[in-house]
Amino acid sequence: MAYLELKNVSKSYGTGKDRVEVLKDINLTIEEGEFVAIVGFTGSGKTTLINLINGLEFPDEGEVLLQGKPITGPGPDRGVVFQNYSLLPWLTVAQNIKLAIDEVYPSAPKKEKQEMIEKYVGMVHLSHAIDKLPSELSGGMRQRVSVARALAMNPKMLLMDEPLSALDALTRGTLQEEIVNIWGEDRKTCLLITNDVDEGIVMADRIIPLNPGPKATLGPNFKVDLARPRVIAEINKNDVYKHLRNEILEYLIDVGASRSGQKTAQYELPDLKPVMPGRIKWGFRKKKEKLQYF
Amino acid sequence: MKERILQLTGIQAFLAPWISVIKGEEVQKNVQALLKSYIYPLLSILLFIGIWHAGATYLFNKEATAKIEKARTERGEAGALEMQNCIISGDVSCQPNTLPSPAKVWDAYLSLLADHKIISAKKDAFELKVAKTNEKRIAKGQDPITYTGRPSFVDQIKTSLKTVFAGFLLAAFIAIPIGIIIGLSTTLRTSFNWLIQILKPVSPVVWLLLVFMIVKTVMSDSDMDKSFMISFISVGLCSMWATLVNTSMGVSTVDKDFVNVAKVLKLSIGQNIFKVVLPSSLPMIFTGLRITLSVAWMVLIAIELLAQSPGLGSFVWEEFQNGASDSNAKIIVAMFVIGMIGFMLDRIMMVVQKMMSFNK
Repeated sequence: MAYLELKNVSKSYGTGKDRVEVLKDINLTIEEGEFVAIVGFTGSGKTTLINLINGLEFPDEGEVLLQGKPITGPGPDRGVVFQNYSLLPWLTVAQNIKLAIDEVYPSAPKKEKQEMIEKYVGMVHLSHAIDKLPSELSGGMRQRVSVARALAMNPKMLLMDEPLSALDALTRGTLQEEIVNIWGEDRKTCLLITNDVDEGIVMADRIIPLNPGPKATLGPNFKVDLARPRVIAEINKNDVYKHLRNEILEYLIDVGASRSGQKTAQYELPDLKPVMPGRIKWGFRKKKEKLQYF
Repeated sequence: MKERILQLTGIQAFLAPWISVIKGEEVQKNVQALLKSYIYPLLSILLFIGIWHAGATYLFNKEATAKIEKARTERGEAGALEMQNCIISGDVSCQPNTLPSPAKVWDAYLSLLADHKIISAKKDAFELKVAKTNEKRIAKGQDPITYTGRPSFVDQIKTSLKTVFAGFLLAAFIAIPIGIIIGLSTTLRTSFNWLIQILKPVSPVVWLLLVFMIVKTVMSDSDMDKSFMISFISVGLCSMWATLVNTSMGVSTVDKDFVNVAKVLKLSIGQNIFKVVLPSSLPMIFTGLRITLSVAWMVLIAIELLAQSPGLGSFVWEEFQNGASDSNAKIIVAMFVIGMIGFMLDRIMMVVQKMMSFNK
């Protein structure tokens, strides 16, 4: 049985005339221990899709099944890494992670909790900054804390909503590697949402493009048959990588073009001529004198 | 900590040019900054006093001329001359009663201070005298004898501050919990909105009367200070609305990201309130408290004036009724004191507010 299953899921916002259908007939199955990446344009409904899975929102039609049971809300079995870190700015790194640990192991002794906090902070290489506030950290460090917080709940599945899109390319590369390494340790089920095809290829087992919304649907599966660990500098020259990358990009560009092609409407511009200002003459104006234009 | 407070109060920025000039760093630039932050404000104060002096002199002359004219119509030329000499001699009995000049206000200020010294000396003497009797009375379980003479101006200020803090605390204790509860639930917010919107603009005087009606009945047989109770409760009720509205606003507009985090982490209601909702709305709450304190101070004077409870408000009113030669000047002294204390309270709240806000 699939670990996570989405069956004919549709989701729309608003009512009446303003109703926007974001997702339409989404079908997705993820096996246990699999790393899946969903790649799509901004505004194509990626965040809505992940909110349906983490339980912050519910589908209008269809159902989202986790281990065969419909999702009723957020739960500690699904850890979420948000796009904009969403760390509480008034709590230190340790306190932010403690929030998650308190919820999963409410009755654990203090010392054990402290050890767990240190373990997860160490996992993302932030032990030196454990007592700092988020405002004292760089973007990459904040996202590490966010990852550590999601891992601290010891979830069976990790949901990542564009976790690295706000980071610079170099930080992004190292964080990609770290996330994949952490994933490799205990092979949690992972769902990564991204707008970067390369990121998907480096990290995931399977890549699914999300056709741009409204009424977004999932595209065909692209299997990534590259041996791990994948180092971006090395696989850049790999033919399989090049081929796969081109294939996915071409697909995305094609659907993007066909979508934008539907929208082009002809706007008639009104035939207007600019009004010229009259010359200003001081003093009294003679009667019947017309304004002179340039 | 010390440095942070200096920075938050603005004292550091205020003193910075002096320090730089003394150290000899960028002298020209810092002298300009000095001009800007010291000389120009000083000039504006001088200008203000000058205009005040000119206006007061004009009013004084006008009132004096009117007095002399009146004496002339009533008692003839001799009466007019007598009145003129009387005014020039500075005799208290015939001074024109009008806006006092800055010099007179300063004199009144000094006389109030002297008055305070005399009264506190009397108080100390009295306490020495009754010390032994009081010990016996306390041993017997009776109330000690307290000084009940006329309060000095400084005593009035202290009473006013006490009233305003009592009112402020009352406002905070009512408004913050209610604000949080209302802010957490849309249903409660919409159902109580009408009440808040209607009660918010009600004038302090009406609150005072309402509180009077209730306190009079509730405390009819207690010997507590009724006028103090009435004034501080009215102050609290008048000023709590800003905090109430701000708290409920702050609680209801917690950043959506934080709400999502709380949901995903499945925080309990207590954890949610104390770890997420309250910290993120603290800046808003303290903005509300700052407004509340300044409103409380503003309203206090009017309420004291009406409730006949001791304090700056009743001081002003008594002086106005008194009509002595320096009463007007004392009223203006009170005006400046009220303004400066209000400014100080606002500054203190501003520092607290800045310390409570976090950077994202």
